[in-house]
Amino acid sequence: MSVVLADLAYWQETTIRLVVGLLAVLLPAGTLVYLFLFKMMSFMQSRLGPMEAGPYGSLQLLAEVGKFLQKEDILPKAADRLVFKLAPFVVLISTFLLILVIPAGPDLWFIDVDTGIFLALAVSSISVIGILMAGWASSSKYSLLGALRATGQLIAYELPMVLAVVGVIIQAGTLNVQDIVLAQATGEIFGFGGIGNPFVITQFLGFLIFLIAVQAELTQPPFDMPVAESELVTGYLTEYSGLRFLMFFIGEFATAAIFSALAATLFLGGWYVPGLDVTDNLFNVIGPIILLGKTLLIAFFIFWFRFTYPRFREDQLQQLAWKVLIPLSLINIVITGVLKVVF
Amino acid sequence: MNVYAEMTGLDPLTSGEVVVAQNIAFGLIAIIMIFSALRMVTTRNVVHAALYLVIVLAGAAAIFILLGAEFVGVTQVLVYIGAIVVLFLFGIMLTRGAFGGINLEEKAEQRKMSILVAGLLAVVTGGALINTFSDAEIARSSPSTTATVGDSIFSQFIIPFEAVSVLLLAALIGAIVVARKD
Repeated sequence: MSVVLADLAYWQETTIRLVVGLLAVLLPAGTLVYLFLFKMMSFMQSRLGPMEAGPYGSLQLLAEVGKFLQKEDILPKAADRLVFKLAPFVVLISTFLLILVIPAGPDLWFIDVDTGIFLALAVSSISVIGILMAGWASSSKYSLLGALRATGQLIAYELPMVLAVVGVIIQAGTLNVQDIVLAQATGEIFGFGGIGNPFVITQFLGFLIFLIAVQAELTQPPFDMPVAESELVTGYLTEYSGLRFLMFFIGEFATAAIFSALAATLFLGGWYVPGLDVTDNLFNVIGPIILLGKTLLIAFFIFWFRFTYPRFREDQLQQLAWKVLIPLSLINIVITGVLKVVF
Repeated sequence: MNVYAEMTGLDPLTSGEVVVAQNIAFGLIAIIMIFSALRMVTTRNVVHAALYLVIVLAGAAAIFILLGAEFVGVTQVLVYIGAIVVLFLFGIMLTRGAFGGINLEEKAEQRKMSILVAGLLAVVTGGALINTFSDAEIARSSPSTTATVGDSIFSQFIIPFEAVSVLLLAALIGAIVVARKD
């Protein structure tokens, strides 16, 4: 983006950034909803899914958005009005800030900051505040219980996620996401540089921990206690309707897409594919498509888990985080550190 | 800032020139922070107070980034907004239960003590700042990169860093000992 925008005025640059940012959040989110939630889930359950709106139901998404926009925006009488209305925005802010750090090509990025991945992990934790606001302001016991469960879960799984990323950071020697992609593209496996060194090979344990933690951060089954519909109606979403519910819904799937993209960038080499030179200008064109492909691959696993496994119990969930994932990721860090010094 | 650098050919962080955009941004952030800080101590609703605290802390992070201390700014978001305020809210909602009306009772003696503490704190920190810097202009330094921060922590400040780590570990173990029941 830096090359394209070199000669533009500030307001033009900002407008382009806003539009591209909006598309970068909404398009992958829509793709995930249609491909996985509508179609893959249907095929796994031996049914067709939406078929009427557009070819193979591909316009179903627009119909759904139209439906939500027409619904009444219900505000519970006992709700804290301002906090209730602000909560979905806080969740969306977190989502939109996350997309900033993911590069889609050698010159395609929103911000190229030194703290890169650290920034991403920091802003991803803002959404917890939005969820707590939603749960508390609804003045409903189901909402509050859902929010408390969500918070306990997000705090517990943020730790293994951060610690899993530390292994990648040690190996790449940088926090900058663009440099992490370059480190994978130019890396060698025992002197063989043909396919670069995607960290999924050397950091496989970290990759697994990261994916499990992402699953929990997204509050998707088997980690969906915060919205467990058989116990809590829909948790912190219970009192929301219409546009505000749609915002939470977009936030959920956009975050799923962005976390998948983050996993693809950290472990699968991001916008790079072996065979081309890493400085090749072609990557500015095909980079976003490659990244989207890798993102869909990761998202496929996330949704496969979502449609397959039953829900954990609350104490099992906490035990998995504190007694299994965190010790494992600490061991991973120690081993990576030792190997980094040895080689 | 990049626009400014391109227009004038000066690097805003090293040239020592007054950057208008930076000053405006600082003013805006400062106003928002002061308003939120005042609301935080005057509001009767504990949850609202915690949410105003989020805005104050986010403002502090924004000012760190404005000054080129990117790493500190991001840490501020991760630690204070992402962890500490969340635990505050979690604690409030778990312990004080009631919806909507989580109101503070105000007692006269509390008010006296809080005014005393706030006044003392203002005098001590204000005095220390004025004593140390008076009207000296702080030299603009180039943005500190994360690598420099990391290097200085693990070379120059290794002993304080390890001491703080051990202190935190002790607090952590202490908390577990206090909390466990068997």
